[in-house]
Amino acid sequence: MTDIPSLLSTVGSVSAVGVVLAEALVLHAGYGVLFDRVGPSVVDRFETE
Amino acid sequence: MLGTGVGVPAIVGFGLFGVIVGVIFGYFGMGSFMVTPTLLVFGYDATVAVGSGLAFVFGTAVIATLKHREMGQVDYTLGLVTIVGTTIGIEVGKRGLLYFRSIGLADGVVTAAYVLLLGGVGAMVVLEAMGDDSPADDGDGTGRLPWVPTLGMRPCLSLRGGVNISAWTLVPLTFLTGLPAGLLGIGGGFIRVPALTYLVGVTMPIAVGTSVFAIMVSGGIGSLSWAQAGGVELAVVAPLLLGSAFGARLGSSVTDLVDAETGRLYFGIMLLFGAVAVAVRQVGIRFEVPELQVLGVVLIVGSATIVTGTVLYSGMRAVRRPRTVSSSDRTGD
Repeated sequence: MTDIPSLLSTVGSVSAVGVVLAEALVLHAGYGVLFDRVGPSVVDRFETE
Repeated sequence: MLGTGVGVPAIVGFGLFGVIVGVIFGYFGMGSFMVTPTLLVFGYDATVAVGSGLAFVFGTAVIATLKHREMGQVDYTLGLVTIVGTTIGIEVGKRGLLYFRSIGLADGVVTAAYVLLLGGVGAMVVLEAMGDDSPADDGDGTGRLPWVPTLGMRPCLSLRGGVNISAWTLVPLTFLTGLPAGLLGIGGGFIRVPALTYLVGVTMPIAVGTSVFAIMVSGGIGSLSWAQAGGVELAVVAPLLLGSAFGARLGSSVTDLVDAETGRLYFGIMLLFGAVAVAVRQVGIRFEVPELQVLGVVLIVGSATIVTGTVLYSGMRAVRRPRTVSSSDRTGD
């Protein structure tokens, strides 16, 4: 028979780590746009100055 | 696990602290040792400090690994062997710690080991970086120190940068890097990165990329365990991660811009500061002087801030002058 409190605890802990993982992936993608698209144009401006 | 009582100033502070830790983590592949002591000083209990610190390290390692992967700086073969060897080493180290605790010597042994390792590795790296002899000039053309036994026994693994090493050499080396990590209860990046550089022979960017990959796997497993104990405080982890994601991108990008010797020098200085800070903090704990405990954390965070600023400044200077160090020089690819 499934132990409901321990199942909830497991779901809660997996959710917490899942939130951290999801935040990391979203931030990686978001900062990727910032660094890979916006960043190079800033660097070009530095190099041409 | 959702935070209560975390105000806006604390969230902003965590975000800024995250940027510093992120740059250090992205550039050096270490930094977890800064987070937990800082949370303890801010009054979080040990379970939340350790659990949230580990969850934060996991998130940062995910971002740093993805970035290093894009730059071809993660060796998965080496990473998987590292995870296996390190996991066994951590388990043996943990049992050693329990033994020392049973005879009442745990605190003294842990403090001495921490300071000796940080100080010893830091001094070695600084001396090597300041000297004329590059380890790449020694032995077989890799960064491996000449006295490391290579054992030609099969299976032999081919790693990035033309490094060939027997599994019979590699597994014991990764086990030895896990041993102090288990004994000290830390991620072990500050031991693993120099070990992969000087003992295995890969370049520092590949050592860092592979180390953060190993930390990502072990950090994920550890975070799950601590989350079950209620130790992951998302209101702390989320702003830390927001800042560190930005910092890790900066730090990872700069690995290709700052030359290898300068990078090693910064790494060594960071470790020496860490050794002094840990010693001061432990003296404060031992003799129950809270001011020294705070001073220890201030030294850790202060040195990290200075090193972060220096790394970013060096990166900016490298961008503004004609490149003399190419990506292939750094990665060995």
